Amino acid sequence: MSNTTKNNKKESSDTLKRIFQYIRPYRFSVLLSLLLAALTVVFSLMIPILIGKGIDCILGPGQVDFSGLKRNALLILILVAIGACAQWLMNHINNTITYHIVKDMRVKAFSHLQRLPLSYIDRQQSGDLLSRVVTDVEQFSDGLLMGFTQLFTGVLTIIGTILFMLTISPWITLVVVVLTPFSFSIAKFISGKSYHMFQMQSAARGELTGLTNEMMTGIRVVHAFGYGDTAQEQFDDINLRLSAYSLQATFLSSLTNPSTRFYNSLIYAGVTIAGCFAALAGPGVLSIGQLSSFLSYTNQYAKPFNEITGVITEFQNSLASAARVFELLDQLEETPDPDQALTPSADEIKGSVSLSHVEFSYHPENPLIQDLNLAVQPGQRIAIVGPTGCGKTTLINLLMRFYDVNSGSIQVDDMEIRSMTRESLRAGYGMVLQDTWLKSGTIRENIAYGNPEASMDEIIEAAKKAHAHSFIKRLPKGYDTVLGEDGGSLSQGQKQLLCIARIMLTHPPMLILDEATSSIDTMTEIRIQKAFSEMMQGRTSFIVAHRLSTIKEADLILVMKDGNIIEQGTHEELLTQQGFYSQLYKSQFSEAS
Amino acid sequence: MKRLLSYMNQKRKEAILAPLLKMLEASFELIIPLIVADMIDQGISSGNGHRILLYGGLMILLGLIGFSVSLIAQYFAAKCAVNTGTAIRSDLFHHINSLSYADLDALGTSTLITRMTSDINQVQNGVNMFLRLLLRSPFVVVGAMVMAFTVDVKTACIFLVVIPVLLLIIFGILLGTRPLYKKVQTQLDAVTLKTRENLQGIRVVRAFNRQKREKEEFSDASASLYNKQIFVGKISALLNPVTYVIINLGIIFILFQGGLGADAGRLSQGQIIALVNYMSQILVELVKLANLIILLSKAAACMNRIDSVFNMEPSVEDPLPPKDLKSDFFSFATEVSDIIETDSPYIEFRDVSFNYGSSQEPAISHISFTAEQGETIGVIGGTGSGKSSLINLLPRLYDCSQGSVLIRGEDLRAVPLEAARTRVGLVPQRAQLFKGTLRSNLKMGNPHATEREMNRALEIAQAKEFVDAKGMGLELPVEQEGRNFSGGQKQRLTIARAILRQPEILILDDSASALDFATDARLRSAIREYTATENGALRRKTTVFLVSQRVSTVRDADKILVMDDGTLAGIGTHYELLKDCAVYREICESQMTAKEIQKDLQQKGGM
Repeated sequence: MSNTTKNNKKESSDTLKRIFQYIRPYRFSVLLSLLLAALTVVFSLMIPILIGKGIDCILGPGQVDFSGLKRNALLILILVAIGACAQWLMNHINNTITYHIVKDMRVKAFSHLQRLPLSYIDRQQSGDLLSRVVTDVEQFSDGLLMGFTQLFTGVLTIIGTILFMLTISPWITLVVVVLTPFSFSIAKFISGKSYHMFQMQSAARGELTGLTNEMMTGIRVVHAFGYGDTAQEQFDDINLRLSAYSLQATFLSSLTNPSTRFYNSLIYAGVTIAGCFAALAGPGVLSIGQLSSFLSYTNQYAKPFNEITGVITEFQNSLASAARVFELLDQLEETPDPDQALTPSADEIKGSVSLSHVEFSYHPENPLIQDLNLAVQPGQRIAIVGPTGCGKTTLINLLMRFYDVNSGSIQVDDMEIRSMTRESLRAGYGMVLQDTWLKSGTIRENIAYGNPEASMDEIIEAAKKAHAHSFIKRLPKGYDTVLGEDGGSLSQGQKQLLCIARIMLTHPPMLILDEATSSIDTMTEIRIQKAFSEMMQGRTSFIVAHRLSTIKEADLILVMKDGNIIEQGTHEELLTQQGFYSQLYKSQFSEAS
Repeated sequence: MKRLLSYMNQKRKEAILAPLLKMLEASFELIIPLIVADMIDQGISSGNGHRILLYGGLMILLGLIGFSVSLIAQYFAAKCAVNTGTAIRSDLFHHINSLSYADLDALGTSTLITRMTSDINQVQNGVNMFLRLLLRSPFVVVGAMVMAFTVDVKTACIFLVVIPVLLLIIFGILLGTRPLYKKVQTQLDAVTLKTRENLQGIRVVRAFNRQKREKEEFSDASASLYNKQIFVGKISALLNPVTYVIINLGIIFILFQGGLGADAGRLSQGQIIALVNYMSQILVELVKLANLIILLSKAAACMNRIDSVFNMEPSVEDPLPPKDLKSDFFSFATEVSDIIETDSPYIEFRDVSFNYGSSQEPAISHISFTAEQGETIGVIGGTGSGKSSLINLLPRLYDCSQGSVLIRGEDLRAVPLEAARTRVGLVPQRAQLFKGTLRSNLKMGNPHATEREMNRALEIAQAKEFVDAKGMGLELPVEQEGRNFSGGQKQRLTIARAILRQPEILILDDSASALDFATDARLRSAIREYTATENGALRRKTTVFLVSQRVSTVRDADKILVMDDGTLAGIGTHYELLKDCAVYREICESQMTAKEIQKDLQQKGGM
């Protein structure tokens, strides 16, 4: 137990150190901000004294010292004006520092993501990575900003107030200083209690969201099976629990204000009584103006205490968030390309591919690909066939160097792919996956994704080759149609055509294609097939094949099972072998009786 | 808003008392400066120690009463607010349950969940703050001014200037920055989108060597976010300094006016201090008030969004109950019609068209066909060809927009929802299980099912084996959305659930897509056997609808419906369609060899 706390402490102090490294470049701004904060606090604390002095200039009928009043008023005016400017400037500087740091951090995290090995990214839930780059950084910035603006001014205000009060009357100050910590602990007690309830509340809320989500996505089943009433019962059950937690959480948290207000009113009363008696003892002890200054201090003294409690929790959250961001940044990047890496251009690659003795697994304890050998001539068409989980996707991962082999080697044009830069290897491939990813942007940007400098004519040409031109033309804004997230309103088939057009513009010598399993509407599917076969002309192609026609036309069929190529050959050859392929073929493409 | 008020009305006592009590507390706060003034003026100048103690005691007493009153008020406000939120939530869920999938789809599930959760929370929070501050804040502001007037009219006039100016500035800044904050949020969304997109498309990004450009684009998006944040920051940072300056200007004016008044013998020092106090009090409350109004406007927007869900009419509704028949008699009547043989076909689609919600394009158009009891009907076609829309009309998940669906000659729309749905066993495309146990999921199909029946259903659905392997029998826990089962397992469990209903019409909507061929074949033969024998014992034969993209699944059906782009492209047996239907032939050609097609064409009927 104590060990873990020690570790936590060490971790959070490490995190703090790293945060300071991010702040370092802005240290002069930070210094300036602190200076301005001090100025603001001191000035704002002097105002009540000046007002008190002003009041002391007014003793009674005919006893008003107007010139003194004027002097004090002028002084107030000047201090307020400077204080206000200092406060604005301080806020502005704080914003600048915080948002700058946040931007730095975010860009760094994003760049890091681009360099992380896929093995890491595939392992993580994408929602988790996303929240580290977006939400956690945001949370961190909130904490940092609050720390800058409120923590420092808060502490300064408290110290300053005590000092100023001491100069007026040490004894009454004692009343305030002794009494305040209680108010502090009341607030803490309440927030501790309500925190627990808030947690229960959000747990119940999560349950409710889960249930709602389940019901809504399954509404057909709910209707078809008349499950609505049962669902409503379950819902009301959780809702009732939520309601109970919610009531307690809301009520408890709303106690903070009245309690501190009440406590303050007690202190206020105490100070007033003590002050009045002090003044009674003679104006030498405490003037009425001074009493008035004292009262306004008492009023504003408690505020920073409450704020600081809030800031500290916020700051703890933000430390945790920062730690999560740093954890992401600490992940090892991909092994860099070798110094003297080969950089053949796409035009120079002819497209022969060979794999020798390749072994690979995602987890050492589950060997997947073992001793895989394969030789492909330029321009050959390779169909990869096999049941789900047989290693088709893994093969693509290895060819593209999304993952590196554990042992053995993969060569393109007799060059070991690890001796090339990743960039030139990947430029040699055109890849169309079943998962049709498009970026949010215009259709034009998407087609030109692999070749941003392409002219409009080239883009249209590519779209025509991919049989995408006709549907693009019919869109209201044609090539300038903006696609929303994940392709927006386009159908799956149309997205696939755009992915093909994207490749048409890059002229790679080698292709990797993943055929769609579910048939799209008949017309589009025929188009996609045509586009595929046009694209494959003269290019080495690896096709994860589902359609019989593709498989039959292939120069070589690889039958994969459990990570191994168990059979290879042409369609006819494999059928005569009467092996796994012919079994698969029979079960998938004809009715076994 | 009307709806919200009716919910708040459920806790009318709390809703009325809470603001009144808060007002009481505020009025105590307003008296304090006067008491202090009196202590200074009367107590100190006349050296009256008793008076000081008395009034000091009064201050403490008022604080104590104010505190207790405030506690009660906070409790009432919380109670009314929480009750409102809970009631809205329950009713909204109920309402959503009455909507059809098409209605939900038109809105989007994720927005509905947002409305269900965070929007209602906002409303709940809004009601709470509304009750707490509704009277308090304006009361303190106006009260402080009125009290100032009771002290000295001439000096108090400054309040008439300061309050409107402050209001103007506070609202100006808060409202003025709102659209700017929205822009910041939109830009943050853009940053999020960019990140998510890159995570999802990371293979494509790398395959096209676009890392550098993506980084640049992200960097631009972040920089733009930075600029927007700084801009809005500059404006909202004005709030504190400007109000601070104005309040102090007011105080300076009070000092001068007060000085003049004191000089003329109209005012005392204590009174001037009271005036200064009142001035300080209003600033705090005005800021609270402004924030309250913004919170309320947000809550009102949320309430509107909730209202718009409530205002959605369910598109599928029960027919009005026939006047001459009691409802239980009515269900008896349908029972009777089960046995009566009529001349009309069992199921008839008569020129049926259907479009989702306000969509212009019909999902299916002008479909006509008939099906008899005990027949197996195959439905084949590509994604989006209207297969699912077609069969969803049978359990009245939707009602057709044109034409009619008749069962034994009776228009489905005249059949109560429950009766229409009881006779259908639907296995949807997306295997949907619910949190609970295997038993609770199976019982959804038939609450009265016995242990034996459930096990039998699992057997037919080819699920018995893996259920037994998990060794927990029917008590096997099911996680939310059945996450602890594989796709194929889920599909088999949903099939068991449908079979358990002993339905007259069994619909398998592409429900074996995740099964390997052998299991699929065993499943189909088990279902065939079951529908032919066991259900026959109930003296009715089950009509089975098999929806699929695979020719092999539907080729043995008595009748195959070929769907293409929402229309019926052909109807007939495998052999007939192969001969005459171009679309069907095309589908076959992509899935079978030429030799096989030839063979099927030669042996007539293909069976």
